[in-house]
Amino acid sequence: MSPADLSPLSPAGGATVRPVHDEFHGDLLEVSMGPHHPSTHGVFRMMVTLDGETIVKLKPVFGYLHRNHEKLGENTTYLASMPYTDRLDYLCSMTNNWAYALAVEKLAGQPVPERAEYLRVILAELTRLLNHTCLAGFLLQDSGASGTPLMYAFREREKILDLFESLSGSRMMCNFQRFGGSRLDAPADWLAGASQVADAYGAFLDEFEALITGNEILMARTQGVGVLTPALATSAGITGPMLRATGVAYDIRKVDGYGVYPRLDFRVPLGDHGDTYDRYMIRVLEMRESIKILQQALAAIPAGPVMDPKAKIRGFRPKAGEAYGRIEGPKGEIGFYLISDGSPNPYRYRVRAPSFVNLTILEDLCLGHSVADAVIILGSIDIVLGEVDR
Amino acid sequence: METTEQLRDRLLARFPGAVQLVANPGPAAQHSLLLEPAHARAIAEFLRDDPALLLDYCSNATGVDWPDKEITETVKVTVPDPAGGPAKVVDQKTTRLQPGCLEVVYHLYSMARRHGPVVIRLRTGNRTDRVTLPSLTPAWRSCEFQEREIFDLFGVIFDGHPDLRRILMWDEFKDHPMRKDYVEPDDYEWEPTPHGTVMDKAKAHHPAPVPVVPPAAPAKEGTQP
Repeated sequence: MSPADLSPLSPAGGATVRPVHDEFHGDLLEVSMGPHHPSTHGVFRMMVTLDGETIVKLKPVFGYLHRNHEKLGENTTYLASMPYTDRLDYLCSMTNNWAYALAVEKLAGQPVPERAEYLRVILAELTRLLNHTCLAGFLLQDSGASGTPLMYAFREREKILDLFESLSGSRMMCNFQRFGGSRLDAPADWLAGASQVADAYGAFLDEFEALITGNEILMARTQGVGVLTPALATSAGITGPMLRATGVAYDIRKVDGYGVYPRLDFRVPLGDHGDTYDRYMIRVLEMRESIKILQQALAAIPAGPVMDPKAKIRGFRPKAGEAYGRIEGPKGEIGFYLISDGSPNPYRYRVRAPSFVNLTILEDLCLGHSVADAVIILGSIDIVLGEVDR
Repeated sequence: METTEQLRDRLLARFPGAVQLVANPGPAAQHSLLLEPAHARAIAEFLRDDPALLLDYCSNATGVDWPDKEITETVKVTVPDPAGGPAKVVDQKTTRLQPGCLEVVYHLYSMARRHGPVVIRLRTGNRTDRVTLPSLTPAWRSCEFQEREIFDLFGVIFDGHPDLRRILMWDEFKDHPMRKDYVEPDDYEWEPTPHGTVMDKAKAHHPAPVPVVPPAAPAKEGTQP
């Protein structure tokens, strides 16, 4: 018996135990999740380093959809960028349009008639409903509830898309807002249809919540997973429902008071824990507030023009200067930064995309969790790659 | 919140000579503060921690390219008439080159105090070799990806950034596409496709193809090894 066999682990009974040559022990495994992975909501890749099942490092890799949107914006006129903003976050074209129109109106000092402001609020809140509904469906899809919740969500989303189609001519690429108002007026029967959808939406949410919110599996998968602290959320520039799930009361609709939001009565739901479950719950609560906003705005929308008669469509050249305009999009703060040098094209056209900035803390949320948790954490951040990659 | 002029004066008292006001002539009137890069990190931390400001949220960080610009100035010069007549007033044109720079713009807000924006800007020395600026990621984490994007698309190098890599373009990419003088390649494909508009673009700077020498007489059967 050689001395090498006398390891401290040798059993006392004199039985021989072979030394373990576990060359895999302590090694890290690098996994490339994506870019073609159904859970990444597009062409997105996570370079995950695993110690067993636990994530010890995660680097997001993106840019697969990059088409230099900002350069395209600098090479076309102000108005020609409007349909292109639809393609940023293709679920929320109405809010992208509004954010861009708001920034250009700030740049040019262009007022907006009241009916158009109300119409913008109505369309933005409908967009918020459809975005959050989709998110809830996709989040459940990501956590393994295949099919059914997503189909329920898409059934409701289609009702809102029908409204968009009948108003703007397109389900998703609406291209509806203009500098100084909107392209078209909403007829009375459209407003009646929107009221109908808004009034019926509460019942759908009740049904959806009865099935999902108290579900034991969902709670086990999401509670305490991906906890975001308020300090990190503020510093990392997280906005939208993700920020409010950590308990920070910051809603640009309240802070900036743009449009006619100061006249409408609504509350800003806040979370307690900042975990994935709170992020889901905040969206459900925000949808309930959106229904209230919709009902008030649809009741109060005044008659009048939807386009400022003095607004210039052709030959639009804002004076030299710059402006940053932002609104509370469904995913967070969507802002446009424009510099004009007096020519028909913007000198600088910048999109502050909420999905892009919200991804900053993906690694912080996923460290110490398993791969399966990373999927639902990413789902709860709510990204759209058209906006991340631009 | 205090006006931009008041804020500039307060900052100048603390950091002498490090702040300038950049007026915005447009209707938005969001004036901005141009910071000296050497003091930018300290000023950023001051703006974040000052109890009256508490600008804890950096919403937007972006780059702007200002290429070299030729400025023509017309000066009226009085030229005496050598023949003894009355002196003439002549327009004399002088051109000077205004050196370009890369600029980084940050929009700061306060979540705690609910005010903003305060716009701060940093400028590089030129557009070629003095393009290093201090990173503000240590002050606001939200600059992390946005500064990477500025590095990628504009070519500003951020000193003190934790992970400065390309973010939207691929790692092997060479140029900075958001610069105003960027020339796009003939074809983004790996191999140039020899037809159509791509070929026309490529002809502008590729040498004319060497005429193909006709092959020699075909070898006889059976001579091949």
